[in-house]
Amino acid sequence: MARITAGVGSSHVPLLGVAVDQGKWQDDYFGPIFKGYEWTREWEKAEKPDVIVLVYNDHASAFDANIIPTFAIGCGEHYKPADEGWGPRPVPDVEGAPDLAWHIAQSLILDDFDMTIINEMDVDHGLTVPLSMMFGQPETWPCKVIPLAVNVVTYPVPSGNRCWALGEAIKRAVESFPEDLNVQVWGTGGMSHQLQGPRAGLLNREWDNRFMDLLIGDTQAARHIPHIEYLRETGSEGIEMVMWLIMRGALGRKTRLLHRHYHIPCSNTAIGHMVLEPVE
Amino acid sequence: MKQDIHEYLAEFDDIPGTRVFTAARARKGYHLNQFAMSLMKPENRERWKAGERAYLDTWPLTEDQKLAVLARDYNRLLDLGGNIYFLSKIFSSDGIPFAEACSTMTDMTFPEYRQMMLDGGRSPEGNRSIKGGY
Repeated sequence: MARITAGVGSSHVPLLGVAVDQGKWQDDYFGPIFKGYEWTREWEKAEKPDVIVLVYNDHASAFDANIIPTFAIGCGEHYKPADEGWGPRPVPDVEGAPDLAWHIAQSLILDDFDMTIINEMDVDHGLTVPLSMMFGQPETWPCKVIPLAVNVVTYPVPSGNRCWALGEAIKRAVESFPEDLNVQVWGTGGMSHQLQGPRAGLLNREWDNRFMDLLIGDTQAARHIPHIEYLRETGSEGIEMVMWLIMRGALGRKTRLLHRHYHIPCSNTAIGHMVLEPVE
Repeated sequence: MKQDIHEYLAEFDDIPGTRVFTAARARKGYHLNQFAMSLMKPENRERWKAGERAYLDTWPLTEDQKLAVLARDYNRLLDLGGNIYFLSKIFSSDGIPFAEACSTMTDMTFPEYRQMMLDGGRSPEGNRSIKGGY
């Protein structure tokens, strides 16, 4: 049977993709950020996941203002990097995992999660930057990817509790898939940042680190953090962190911390990264 | 319904210097955001660069929205229903980095803003609530 072996949380700041693509990742500005991912790159080489369920948000790339799915799952064969206004990133196409993706989609719908299904779309920095951070610059990505896009832009976005519950349902879905697959769930976005208005530039190191603490062990306190707390404490775009709760929910009752990294700043954003494994 | 929608939305107005992208803003800014989104296509960027006003006039925007786009007044555009991820297509087409565009919405110059970020960012202290002042 398929199984979820680990969860990864990571920011997905577009500038990190630029740093990789332009070879700047070892300079004084980016070096300390990328150093915190070295452990994970080595670990991923040993883990060799077959499939990653990659939770991210689209930044007005695949979806425009017309259709706003709260939770959408990619069931396609492959996805191309999106042109976000300055040409697509020079990274490999992303290979999908349609059999497992459709299985998860069907299971989630039977489990009361009314998913939107996507067959064709381009994927933006929200999805490709975490792949670059964890895998570097390979000719092809070393595993298949199931994109899971969450609306964290137009309010109301899904509650933290709903995100966590979706993660729990993804775990049930994966564990009922008959193939023997090593599956990881990645939650991306955040951490604290505000990209708009006179309060732009807000960062909150203390809050971000408390949030990461709450993903370790058996506490479920993070599911009940209200939207207004993310908005007040972590900036208008810090709400992306609800996507980390899908990853945490998918790891089951209890987790163990394998790796953790935090750095301020990357452009407008606080960088957070952690690797967790489920404890049965 | 676990939370009253009116109470939920009212809290958003209590955050200093922030426009939360609510359904009301999404509705008001629909065409503005779709215009910005259109700049992702190279052929549209060419038309836009060849004549900004002429390209804007092909979209059903209000005059206020058009003038704010031409002036690159991003705070005004947020008030008129723009969302920053959509508006980013405008400053990306201008070749302006995200952080520089952000700085134009604050009371700082870009070098001052960049230095604030290097120094740890804007503190949440005093920036969480208008009414509460904390």
